[in-house]
Amino acid sequence: MATATLDLPVELDAEGFLVNPNDWTPEIAEKLAADEGIELTDRHWQVINFVREDFAKTGEPPTLRRITKQSGVSTKELYQLFPKGPAKKVARIAGLGKPKGCI
Amino acid sequence: MKRILILGAGTAGTIVANKLAHELDLNEWKITVVDQSEIHYYQPGFLFIPFGIYSKNDVMRPRRDYLPRQVEVIISEIELIEPDKNRVRIKKDNRTLPYDFLIITTGSRIVPEETPGLKEHEWRKTIYDFYTPDGATALARQLRRWQGGRLVLNIVEMPIKCPVAPLEFMFLADWFFHEQGIRDRVDLTFVTPLPGAFTKPRASALLGDILEEKNINVETEFNVMEVDPDAKKIISYDEREIEYDLLVTIPTNMGDPVIERSGMGDELNFVPTEKRTLKAKDYDNVFVLGDATNLPSSKAGSVAHFQGEVFIDNFLRYIDGLPLRETFDGHANCYIESGFGKGFLIDFNYDVEPLPGKYPLPGIGPFSLLQESRLNHWGKVLFRWMYWNILLKGKPMPITAEMTMAGKWL
Repeated sequence: MATATLDLPVELDAEGFLVNPNDWTPEIAEKLAADEGIELTDRHWQVINFVREDFAKTGEPPTLRRITKQSGVSTKELYQLFPKGPAKKVARIAGLGKPKGCI
Repeated sequence: MKRILILGAGTAGTIVANKLAHELDLNEWKITVVDQSEIHYYQPGFLFIPFGIYSKNDVMRPRRDYLPRQVEVIISEIELIEPDKNRVRIKKDNRTLPYDFLIITTGSRIVPEETPGLKEHEWRKTIYDFYTPDGATALARQLRRWQGGRLVLNIVEMPIKCPVAPLEFMFLADWFFHEQGIRDRVDLTFVTPLPGAFTKPRASALLGDILEEKNINVETEFNVMEVDPDAKKIISYDEREIEYDLLVTIPTNMGDPVIERSGMGDELNFVPTEKRTLKAKDYDNVFVLGDATNLPSSKAGSVAHFQGEVFIDNFLRYIDGLPLRETFDGHANCYIESGFGKGFLIDFNYDVEPLPGKYPLPGIGPFSLLQESRLNHWGKVLFRWMYWNILLKGKPMPITAEMTMAGKWL
């Protein structure tokens, strides 16, 4: 992640995630997506909106399995929308923390 | 008479049954345990079966022998939990069991059906698991006559029971094929959805180095979409392919189907549980221990043991009307077999990752933490005896439930 070049009015952690999820705006999402090399379409927004609503309910970034089961976007498509590690990329662009490493 | 119902008599359920029977006045409390089978398996032993170190018989014992005589034991499948009515329906005689307190210890299991191509015509021919006694035994037969080729181990998705077991499998496979004199004809590849060999940074770096030293290939961030059992390759969502001759898979792990039927689980049928008290999030008279929880602690016997200690203290307070203490810290303590008679020990919790150092254990230790030693291997060997004779019975172990920083190097 080329976070050093990002010019955002909000604080990011060492891995480029928003420190405070309340700082998030759609404009910030566009910039974070661009940083990941992604241009946001309606399908991207469907996922991002689901993830943000779910986070508001549970307080945790949803797992990939939860996203695909409830957002109406298949795992295969999720990988096309957010290539290489969709769970992490979606969480970052949606302004949430890094998903908990399950152990 | 008040009734406590325990669902599942694996590691967690057995420990809890023993502790409750020991602590409660059984003139006032009736304890009932339901499990679907008569056999208790020593699950940490499954890892050793494929390499002929243990047989299936070495890891089986009659379940009732480890449950206290004062508790009622019912062997039956569980049909439905009805937490709003404080009762559970079971298959045997169509009985309904009412409860005042419910303890869910139904564990987790592998679900190979979640991945297309896995449990089809090549299952147990060129595709094996070792998380079931039958799978581990079938794999033992296969490895004994295998003449070499590409062995690929694949973790389908996290979380899994005993997250170190797949690594131990690779270390033992390296040792086993050396002993068989065919290591030069075996190509070992470890495939994981994680960004490294393990979930925690320092242990991941160290274990990654050991994989490299042992000439084991590592493929990271590989989320398998499907298996092509005819072309013998696994394919990821981002369209990477890995070919194999023998696939050892750690399929998706899920909670018991009864959790789903009862509408009590998350996407993987694990029960939402309060992280530090072990009470079910949605119910005030339901507790969840062991692999059945959705907690970000390891799904491992040591965790079930530490949870048992925390639970019993808390439960005794709770039934006297005192508030629950937030005492469970996610503590896990795992021996890692590294082959050639050596092993590692890691000790960690929710907040502290595995660190190098010495683990103080009166009488036998100190064990080396996050470093290879022969004593750590013997710790693992001795552990089977401790499991049957001390741990399951809920007797005091010389290990504290809360993690200690003593001996750890920061």
